[in-house]
Amino acid sequence: MQDPLVIGGVTLTSRLFIGTGKYSRNTLIPEVIARSGSQVITVALRRVDPESKDNIVTHIPSHMTLLPNTSGARTAEEAVRIARLAKSAGLGNWVKIEVINDQKYLLPDNTETIRATEILAAEGFVVLPYMSPDLSAALRLKAAGAAAVMPLGAPIGSNRGLQTKELIRILIAETGLPIIVDAGIGRPSEAAEAMEMGASAVLLNTAIATARDPLLMAEAFREAVSAGRNAFLAGLGPVEETAAASSPLTGFLA
Amino acid sequence: MSFYDTLTRLEQLPYGRVWKQYTALDVKRALRLEQLDEDGLMALLSPAAEPYLEEMAQKAHRLTRTQFGHVMQLFTPMYLADFCVNHCTYCSFSSIYDFPRKKLTLDEVRREAEAIAATGLRHILILTGESRNESPASYVKDCVKVLRSYFSSVSIEVNPLTTEEYADLRQAGVDGLTLYQEVYHQETYRQLHVKGPKRVYRNRLDAPERGCLAGFRSVNIGALLGMYEWRQEALATALHARYLQDKYPECEIGLSIPRFRPYLGDFNPASDVTDRALVQIILAYRLFLPRSGISLSTREPAALRDHLVHLGITKMSAGVSTEVGGHTLEGGTPQFEISDSRNVDEIIEMLEAKGLQPVFKDWDILDDSLAMP
Ligand code: SF4
Repeated sequence: MQDPLVIGGVTLTSRLFIGTGKYSRNTLIPEVIARSGSQVITVALRRVDPESKDNIVTHIPSHMTLLPNTSGARTAEEAVRIARLAKSAGLGNWVKIEVINDQKYLLPDNTETIRATEILAAEGFVVLPYMSPDLSAALRLKAAGAAAVMPLGAPIGSNRGLQTKELIRILIAETGLPIIVDAGIGRPSEAAEAMEMGASAVLLNTAIATARDPLLMAEAFREAVSAGRNAFLAGLGPVEETAAASSPLTGFLA
Repeated sequence: MSFYDTLTRLEQLPYGRVWKQYTALDVKRALRLEQLDEDGLMALLSPAAEPYLEEMAQKAHRLTRTQFGHVMQLFTPMYLADFCVNHCTYCSFSSIYDFPRKKLTLDEVRREAEAIAATGLRHILILTGESRNESPASYVKDCVKVLRSYFSSVSIEVNPLTTEEYADLRQAGVDGLTLYQEVYHQETYRQLHVKGPKRVYRNRLDAPERGCLAGFRSVNIGALLGMYEWRQEALATALHARYLQDKYPECEIGLSIPRFRPYLGDFNPASDVTDRALVQIILAYRLFLPRSGISLSTREPAALRDHLVHLGITKMSAGVSTEVGGHTLEGGTPQFEISDSRNVDEIIEMLEAKGLQPVFKDWDILDDSLAMP
C-alpha cells in the first residue's frame, strides 16, 4: 500500500524521524539510519563543526533529508540566524525551530516560535516548529506557514511517553497539518500509540541513542511506527463498555 | 532577595546535630523522589547516605545518560594574566608571592588561541587574577575579540564585575561566566581572604546572579572543596544553583567540584575531602539538579577522572596548563598544580574507550552579520 507523507515537496515513505545527539560515537549514526529506515534526520547546528575531524554531517548518508534544528536558540531572532547559517552551510532549506527559554525543563517558547516561523517561512524555508501542544499556537503556526507542527509528548530527553496525549489528539483533529510528535517518546509502544492516534510521524532521539543496543532499538521503532500507522489506516475497532454481540439480535430486521 | 538570605538561614542550622538526624530511611525516600527537595538533598549529603553511594551512582548515571546522552563536552582554560591584588591563602597568584608576573599581549593571545584550536577544542574558559589595573574588563574584552574567531564558545573566570561590565562582555561574545564562591561559610571566607577586594563576601556571592541578569547563557558556580566542612559547602552550592535556576530559567546553571590542590605556599585546608566524599557530592548534585552540567577539572588525577566520567560529569577540561601563556610561552608560574596532564588526544582516547563521544563544539557564536535586518 502506498502511504507517503509529503512535506515541503519531499515524499517520505518512512514516518520515523530520528536525531543525531547523545550517541557514544558518531559512527553509529549511519547504522541507526539503516536499521530505522528513517529518511529524515535532525542535527543541531551548534554541533556541526566543518573543521572538526569528526564532523557529524559526514556520517549522514546523502539520501537523507537533513532537518537542521535551532537548538540553543532562546529568541526568535537567534532561531532565524541559526536557520540562515544552516542554509548557508549547505544543510538545505528544512528547519526545525526550537526556541527554548527554560533550561530547567527545556519546554519550548511558543510565542517566539511563531515569530521565527513567520520570518523563515516567508524566506522559503520548510519550517517544522517544535512546540507545546496548544491549539491556538498550532493554528498560528499554520497561518505563519509551518509545513507541519511538532508537539512534545513529554519534556525532551525524559522518555516519559505521551503525557500530552489529549492535546495532541486535538491538534490532529483540528489543524489540518501533519502532526509530528517530538520529544518524550521512550518506548516503541508509545510511538505506535501516537501513530494509531493519527500522528503523521514521530521524531525521537534519546530513546534510541541511550538504549543498551541502539541498533536493535532503531529497528523496534521502525516496526512500531509502521504498525501504529497501519492500525490508524485500518481504523481501530470501537471500544465498548459492555461486550458487543458479534451477531446482533436484531440483524434479521434489515 | 538574594541567595544571601538563604545562606543566612543555613548558617543558623545546628549542623553538628542536623547531619546526624538523617537515617537510612530518609536516604531511601530521597532516592525514590522524582524531584529532590532540600531535605532530600541533605539526606543524600549526610553520613547516612554513605552506604548508598552505589544506588545513588546508578540513578545519577541513568539520569545523566537520558539528559545528556553518551557524550562529554571538552574545554580548556586559558590564563591571560596572573597579576593579582588579593591575598587568598590557597593560591599561587596571591599578591604576597614574588615572581615575575605576566599578562599576554593580544598577539600572544592569538598565538595561544591558535595552539589550543589546533588540538580541536572549540570551548575555552579565560582566566585572570584580580587586578583592575593590569587586567580590567576592557582588557578581557579585547582578548575576547581575538578569541571569537578561534572558538565557538568563550567563557570567563575573572574577578566579580558589575552587571554593566558583564553585559558589555556578553555583547563582545562571551557566553558563559564561571565564578566560584570558594567558601560559602562566611567566617572561614573572612579568614582565607586576607587582603584585597575579594574580602567583600557579598560582592562575590551576588556576582553569578549579576551574570544571569546580564544575559550570559551559562553561569557556573562552585565551592573550593576542602576549605570548610564539605557537606555544608556542597549544600550551599547546590541550593545556590537551584536558587539561580529557579529565578533565571533561561540561563544554564552549571556546577564545578574543584578540590584544593598544592600551590606555591604551604597552606593546608581544614577539611579533607576524600574521593568517596567527592563522589557523594557529585551524585547529590546530579540527583538534585538533573539538568545541570557538572564540570571536572584536571585538579583530579587521571585514574579518578576516568571513573568519574560515568557518575554525572558532563564537561571536562583537557590539555590544561594553569600558567599564563602555558601553551606557547616558557616559564610561567602555575596557579596550582594539575594532576591530569594528558593532552587532548589522550583524553579523547580515554573517553572513546569508555563509550563516550567527546564533543568539542556545543555552541555557536551567532555571526552578527547574519543578524535580523
Ligand atoms: S584566587 Fe584569584 S583572587 Fe585569590 S589570589 Fe588567586 S588569583 Fe588572586
